[in-house]
Amino acid sequence: MAAVALVQGASRGLGLEFCRNILINKAPGALIATCRNPDNAAELMSLVAQHPGKMTVLKLDVNREDDIQRAAEHVKKVFGKVDLIINSSAMLHPSGKGETSLKDVSAQGIISTLTTNTVGPLVMAKYFAPLLQKGSGAFGQQPPEKAKQHSGIIVNITAKVGSIGDNAFPWFGMDIGGTLVKLVYFEPKDITAEEEQEEVENLKSIRRYLTSNTAYGKTGVRDVHLELKNLTMCGRTGNLHFIRFPTQAMHRFIQMGSDKNFSSLHTTLCATGGGAYKFENDFRTMADLELLKLDELDCLIHGLLYVDSVSFNGHPQCYYLENPSDTQNSVKTPCSLADPFPMLLVNIGSGVSILAVYSKDDYKRVTGTSLGGGTFLGLCCLLTGCETFEEALDMASRGDSSNVDKLVKDIYGGDYERFSLQGSAVASSFGHMMSKEKRDSISKEDLARAMLVTITNNIGSIARMCAVNEKIERVVFVGNFLRINTVSTKLLAYAMDFWSKGQLKALFLEHEGYFGAVGALLELLKSSEEP
Amino acid sequence: MSTSKMAAGCERVDSGHSMDKSITLPPDEIFRNLENAKRFAIDIGGSLTKLAYYSTVQHKVAKVRSFDHTAKETEGDPLYEISMQEEMSARLHFIKFENAYIETCLDFIKDHLVNTDTKVIKATGGGAHKFKDLIEKKLKLRVDKEDEMTCLIKGCNFVLRNITHEAFVYVKHADSEFRFQNTHPDIFPYLLINIGSGVSIFKVESEDTFERVGGSSIGGGTFWGLGALLTKTKRFDELLQLASKGQHTNVDMLVKDIYGGSYGSLGLTGDLIASSFGKSATPDKEFSKEDMAKSLLHMISNDIGQLACLYARLHNLTRVYFGGFFIRGHPVTMHTITYSINFFTKGEVQALFLRHEGYLGTIGAFLKGAEEDNPNQYSWGENYAGSSGLMSTSPDLNPMQRARSGTFDMLEMDRLERQLVNLPLLQDPSSYIPDTVDLSEDALAREYWLYCFEEALDGVVKRAVASQPDLPEAAERAEKFRHKYQHKLQTLRHQPFAYGSLTVRSLLDTREHCLNEFNFPDPYSKIKQGENDMALKYFQKAVKSLGELSWEQRQFALVRGLLAGNVFDWGAKAVSDVLESDPEFGFEHAKLQLEERPWLVDAYDQWLERLKGPPHKCALFFVDNSGIDIILGVFPFVRELICRGTEVVLASNSSPALNDVTNSELQILTERIAAMDLVIQSAVKEDRLTLVQSGSSSPCLDLSRLDKVLAGVVRERHVDLVIIEGMGRAIHTNYYAILSCESLKMAVIKNSWLADRLGGKLFSVVFKYEVPPGHKTTTLDHVPVTPS
Repeated sequence: MAAVALVQGASRGLGLEFCRNILINKAPGALIATCRNPDNAAELMSLVAQHPGKMTVLKLDVNREDDIQRAAEHVKKVFGKVDLIINSSAMLHPSGKGETSLKDVSAQGIISTLTTNTVGPLVMAKYFAPLLQKGSGAFGQQPPEKAKQHSGIIVNITAKVGSIGDNAFPWFGMDIGGTLVKLVYFEPKDITAEEEQEEVENLKSIRRYLTSNTAYGKTGVRDVHLELKNLTMCGRTGNLHFIRFPTQAMHRFIQMGSDKNFSSLHTTLCATGGGAYKFENDFRTMADLELLKLDELDCLIHGLLYVDSVSFNGHPQCYYLENPSDTQNSVKTPCSLADPFPMLLVNIGSGVSILAVYSKDDYKRVTGTSLGGGTFLGLCCLLTGCETFEEALDMASRGDSSNVDKLVKDIYGGDYERFSLQGSAVASSFGHMMSKEKRDSISKEDLARAMLVTITNNIGSIARMCAVNEKIERVVFVGNFLRINTVSTKLLAYAMDFWSKGQLKALFLEHEGYFGAVGALLELLKSSEEP
Repeated sequence: MSTSKMAAGCERVDSGHSMDKSITLPPDEIFRNLENAKRFAIDIGGSLTKLAYYSTVQHKVAKVRSFDHTAKETEGDPLYEISMQEEMSARLHFIKFENAYIETCLDFIKDHLVNTDTKVIKATGGGAHKFKDLIEKKLKLRVDKEDEMTCLIKGCNFVLRNITHEAFVYVKHADSEFRFQNTHPDIFPYLLINIGSGVSIFKVESEDTFERVGGSSIGGGTFWGLGALLTKTKRFDELLQLASKGQHTNVDMLVKDIYGGSYGSLGLTGDLIASSFGKSATPDKEFSKEDMAKSLLHMISNDIGQLACLYARLHNLTRVYFGGFFIRGHPVTMHTITYSINFFTKGEVQALFLRHEGYLGTIGAFLKGAEEDNPNQYSWGENYAGSSGLMSTSPDLNPMQRARSGTFDMLEMDRLERQLVNLPLLQDPSSYIPDTVDLSEDALAREYWLYCFEEALDGVVKRAVASQPDLPEAAERAEKFRHKYQHKLQTLRHQPFAYGSLTVRSLLDTREHCLNEFNFPDPYSKIKQGENDMALKYFQKAVKSLGELSWEQRQFALVRGLLAGNVFDWGAKAVSDVLESDPEFGFEHAKLQLEERPWLVDAYDQWLERLKGPPHKCALFFVDNSGIDIILGVFPFVRELICRGTEVVLASNSSPALNDVTNSELQILTERIAAMDLVIQSAVKEDRLTLVQSGSSSPCLDLSRLDKVLAGVVRERHVDLVIIEGMGRAIHTNYYAILSCESLKMAVIKNSWLADRLGGKLFSVVFKYEVPPGHKTTTLDHVPVTPS
């Protein structure tokens, strides 16, 4: 049987053009055009005149269920089926322009907007679904396998102001940094049988792939120990997974998103970090995905406060080091970040950002330094030939920096009493390396250790000065530089305590580098909660 | 002598470990005045040694002495007697040389050291302990170690207080890389960041109060050590060389590498370094030595700059000086540090560097050892004749430099007879800049004046010889002077920044220093004497004819007379030719040369109006030339002021400069005038006319360095009018000076180039009468007083 198409909202604009297009290109058996008031639709009527016998015009106000029901009955009676429905009536606001101020809001206007944009297409679907199921699949491309072929297509073109998100899975938040990409994934554990059945195949396969593996490709890793179990987000219960991979692998990741047809699930992905800007175009062209770009510091703070507020599987999120002055015997001690403000937040990624945070939304970036985790790794690679952060840290844990650094006692024979400097303090990082003899005999481990100590102490020193200048006593260190890095953690705790004579306290968080990604995920859920 | 110096320079010795004894030193050019040397101090660093000592210099001074005038004067007798006397003055010597020459230098000193009082040598610096035995053995002096940082700060205070244009801002791409800062009288508080192998940050609040407020282990040693590891380059300067050729963006991860552009919401531009060495964490890429060195330099400079800013903010300080071997005149590090400071403080704090940064330690050590001589009670001045000046810093730019830095660098400072302070009447002492044109920034003007001084050199040499007819070796000395000054001009042509900002004043002062160096203390003494003599004969006649004029006519005649007097300036090219051929060139003739009113700058009407008001309390008059200028120009003007009821303080130079009248000459002249004129006589007697020394021996005038006694008189007498006369004092300097009281600046422009620049012509007149803003002038409120 010949193809039957219905265009709802055909008096002008897109709807009218669809009609024109279908008449020219598809030469359907029948085209039904509906509009609110055919008497006023001169252009549509002249199109009818040009294509005699091909086209029917029905009066249909998408706000009136009885109109819709009547139209469906008419189509059923005359054609018995429909292959394509295009819902193209949409509006921004009854006034023709969106409200920009609360004083422009009217209840009637909002209801009318929502009805036209949202309720209308849904009611259309309700009455026309049986007819679509009887369709012969005359529109759209059909896959070769019979099982996957469709009978009819419904296209909803509407205005975004009318959208109601449904928190469609999958839930991702992504933070694309200079060195690492951090990805958090919420795995719903409360999926009902019905949902399970309706869950599309590639959504399922993404869920299975991520949750059943702990390593992805050569470089992707899931930090299983950080997984937040039985977490409730947006009314759903599940596990939050923490995954990271090098930013260098970003293109492979985007390719994978394209291969798995991710865009069929979500067309928008919440992302933060510089990479959200840098890779935006690649996401669009390679995977047909739009990035919702989020400010990395907003995400960092929101993510941090959120993660701290939920239980870490019964463990504390925040800790400090008891007895920091004795780096050999300092003890990791849990504590609460219940009253976190004001805090100095030191985020150590490739570089370092230092923020003074006064409340959830009131913060400022105090300063930053380019001597961060990237510097440690970059210089370690050059000096020792190592290739990974883990390797560098491992070497550092076995090295002795005093063979590399010139200490106060190396210069003054002991303490520099005139200025009360301890003999064991580092006077010049890498100072011994000015001598050729010492350069020739130094070990890679010692170099790695010195590099780690130099970078860490420098961050500690800048953080301490910022804390003093900003008059903040709570200093929270986060970022992936601290991952499995007890040497730095201890040094930072020591430095804060020593130089402030006990005034400043260094706090650390278990989820170190993932807060930005969590913040991005929160933004995704937020944007769907608030239309 | 100079060939051996060159040879020493070429034989660069790689490190301080080996001694080179074969070199021949040019002894009298470097370790000068050793005969009376005492109070030695030495600062031995990683590669350079700095030696300091105190000595006395015997030199000739010109003295004038009044004849006994009780006897009947005979026609043709000179007015006063000029005699040359030997005088001792104190001088500080600082010499910098490579460690390789230590032994040779110590031997030389030992051989020439006559004074046996000295028992100890103060020592500081990291190398002091290494050479302790050598020093004690060679010099037979006990080595007394002083704390390095304390010495550093003492030295810093000393240079900041005593050397004008000590501090500068470094601007890489500017016409003049060095923007010198006028030394502010109040140098405290400041932050000193010493970048040696590590970094120390000091807050200095007074001469004796300072504190190490912080520091960092990432310093010059880190650059050197890490740089050597990364590039296999051993020497510090070579690392800097590499860095200056590299591209850090190949190694560093920039904001745009992460963002693809800038991070707009935080105002971080795309070119900002997000992570130093952030791109090098890859095993499969090679990085060039140059790029790594550059990246390392940026990393360390930025880090230090950031820390410096954090400390400056914490202690609320805006003056931040940088020193240490990492800086030491290296343009690369000065640039990166400056950039970093600008970035982190958004331009609120400027990075300041010091011309004599390398000497701070040894100056401080010396001062520690010389405390009983109270060196800090005196004012000291850089001797331009004996000091090497700031070297151009980039070996690439100036290959001549490279040879030079391998030899010896000297700084000599003279103890000034008087303590120098600000004129209390400066509106804002901290923003006062004496010089009108900075020749280091004005290439055209620099070219002209250097040419001008070169042209005038023959005449100066001739006059110098003529001033000492009884001394047969004067001609030989004068040639040495010529050679020295020519060399200085040559140096300044290539390095206008050598002694701070180059100005007409500094060119004049350098010439005076060179003349003194070769014992020509007063080449104009005879000429001044003759002119004074001649002018005195006309004094009474001049006063009489002025008295016959109406009040208003007289006021104008007085100003014209003063200006005409100022035309008689032997220092000025256009006049000196005429004067030399015709000594009878008359006062009246000069008046005819003057520009007719309206003058180039003409505030005469306002001045006349002011004169109709009440008299000033006290006028301070900075006088200029001898002869007609002072006697027929200034004195009648002063006489009128005195008649109005205004007290007058005449400020004249302490020591000779060109034909300017000196304080001792002026005393004799005043005596003689007083003998002829009752008004002057009673004014002198009643202390209504006072003579003071300016403390200066320059044809120009720096109102921030004046005799402390003068400042006291200004305060006591409540001076409410300052008169500055002459090109040197009112045009080349102080033209834009703002005073807190009324002022008159008067000069005749006797240089056609300058006249042209100011929009006038030869003999154009500048008559500036200024009343400070908001100053209440009494002119309008009072009925005009008609003076008798």
